[in-house]
Amino acid sequence: MSEPAAKLDTLPPLVEDAGASRKLLYAIQECLRSALSAIRSHRLRSFLTMLGIIIGVASVICVIAMVQGMSSRITQLFEGLGSGTLTLQADTPFEDRLRGKINRLRLEDLDELRARVDGISYITPAVPVPAGQVTWGSQSAAGQIFGTTASLQEVQKMFPRTGRFLTKSDDDSRRRVVVLGDKIRKDLKMPERPEGEFVQLGREWFKVIGVMEPRGDILGQNLDQFMLLPYETALAFNTAQARPDIQITFVVNDPDTVDNVRQQVISVIRRAHGLKKDEPNDFQVQASDTIAKTFAQITSMVTLVVGGVVGISLLVGGIGIMNIMLVSVTERTREIGIAKALGAPRRFILLQFLIEAMVLAVIGGLIGMVMGFGLAYGVAALIPNFPPPTVPWWAVVGSALFSMLIGMVFGILPASKAANLAPIDALRYE
Amino acid sequence: MIELVGISKLYQLGGVEYPALTDVSLTIARNDFLALTGASGSGKSTMMNIIGCLDTPTLGRYTLDGEEVAGLDEEALASVRNRKIGFVFQNFYLMPRQTAVDNVAQPLIYRGIAPAQRRAHAERALQRVGLGDRMRHRPNEMSGGQRQRVAVARALVGQPELLLADEPTGNLDSRTAREIMDLFKQLHAEGQTVVVVTHDPGVAASCKRLVRLHDGRIAEDRNV
Repeated sequence: MSEPAAKLDTLPPLVEDAGASRKLLYAIQECLRSALSAIRSHRLRSFLTMLGIIIGVASVICVIAMVQGMSSRITQLFEGLGSGTLTLQADTPFEDRLRGKINRLRLEDLDELRARVDGISYITPAVPVPAGQVTWGSQSAAGQIFGTTASLQEVQKMFPRTGRFLTKSDDDSRRRVVVLGDKIRKDLKMPERPEGEFVQLGREWFKVIGVMEPRGDILGQNLDQFMLLPYETALAFNTAQARPDIQITFVVNDPDTVDNVRQQVISVIRRAHGLKKDEPNDFQVQASDTIAKTFAQITSMVTLVVGGVVGISLLVGGIGIMNIMLVSVTERTREIGIAKALGAPRRFILLQFLIEAMVLAVIGGLIGMVMGFGLAYGVAALIPNFPPPTVPWWAVVGSALFSMLIGMVFGILPASKAANLAPIDALRYE
Repeated sequence: MIELVGISKLYQLGGVEYPALTDVSLTIARNDFLALTGASGSGKSTMMNIIGCLDTPTLGRYTLDGEEVAGLDEEALASVRNRKIGFVFQNFYLMPRQTAVDNVAQPLIYRGIAPAQRRAHAERALQRVGLGDRMRHRPNEMSGGQRQRVAVARALVGQPELLLADEPTGNLDSRTAREIMDLFKQLHAEGQTVVVVTHDPGVAASCKRLVRLHDGRIAEDRNV
């Protein structure tokens, strides 16, 4: 011994002043450190092990992000229509349609509703006009044409961007005026403010009085490809068709009375149509949020199905982790033997390997989340007019927790194998 | 004080009972410096495993530092190993990925000692074996002698009742082997109880007392 060495009695006593919870904290801290060091020393293998979890979590995050993005967009679109909005339209049973019989609402139905149903604040009819072609100079565009009234603004919560909307006086004097959807204006290559210009519908000339606020696309369908005429003008225009198929939208005073109003409407229209007791309705009354609700149902179905499929892939990922952990335990038998000789209790070894499996799974889950996020944005960018994806917090937390759970469940077997090794056998292992 | 009374160990090999140790009694006083020797198959390793609480005897009593350990279960034995025994192995058995100081601190983890205190004690133990300047080195950056000194520091860090070395010089050249034996002598001089299991007569000659096993019984027990 060349160097002078410290004396035994100069060493301070080892104080075990930590409580049980503090000791557990130290153990977890140490296990995390050793898990990260083990993962770092086998980078490629660890990555391949995580791959199952990465792919599983990435696909679940990607699909949920896209479905949620779509559904939040749709919810947004229907938000304009309050919960007190009802739409009445004709409904033809399938067999009748096969026989060539088509049910329609009549113009008198609107008067009936106006006269007999209480509790309605706004009511507006919409009558489709068959001529879909519009021209301005040498430009032409196509779109749906409806005849409607001023109250459509309140009912649909859509307002002109420039110029003015249809008024009662337009209606009363059957003026030949038109309000354009923004897409039609663009297709006709008209200026930003085209009020005062004349466009040709069929053989008739109409004066442009306004352009509606753009609403954008949904699922590749443009919502601004329409033209609005005064209701009475549209009826006059429709002479070829004796019974135009109108649609009536109305807003209820008090959203709580929706069901009551709906019943009133049904009985008024049934009487107006002369339906007998056992005959089915030849029309339907839809609440505005029906479509949104249907879509929400589809969304949750898709989420559920994808969740199930991904659950299986995560299961496979978990089995991959278990497999590699078993290999790792065998490889590190000597190390486990040394730890046991140095006095590592069974539960410490158990915790160490369990935490290693969980860390593998959670890191995989985090990588998967980032990848799924990127994938969702990538796919959404590739599909034209696709709404931006949104990842709800529950998907993030859920994926993290589920990865952890997978690591724990599939780590138990390897960890208990490690913990149950007899110290002398483990030390002697070559 | 270590007291083994009437220790027997039987192994089952293919249905045949094979005695590794037969009625061995041995008392090791505090601050003894004992060499446990014997040819291979003499029961030397079994004896060491029992003294080190890595294995339990089939028959007999074993009192370590006033505690009866022969009948303890695996968890209790782990705790006894951690507190009362410091192991030094022939192949060093260090953790290759960890630095010297982390290797030395490892036994204290299992005792639930705070990280800062673990580190402080590990550093003191390394200084004590003359490796104060090698604390951040990993095993593969050190010579065989240095590795074995790290292992000795690890054995000492928990302030054990007994330092138990299994062929500690078996993988070292003669000069380094002498250095390690000198270190054991110094620790003995400082009051540490040391048991060295060896088949090397030179190593045995460095100790104060020699116990030789033969066919599972004590054949010789004398002071050197």
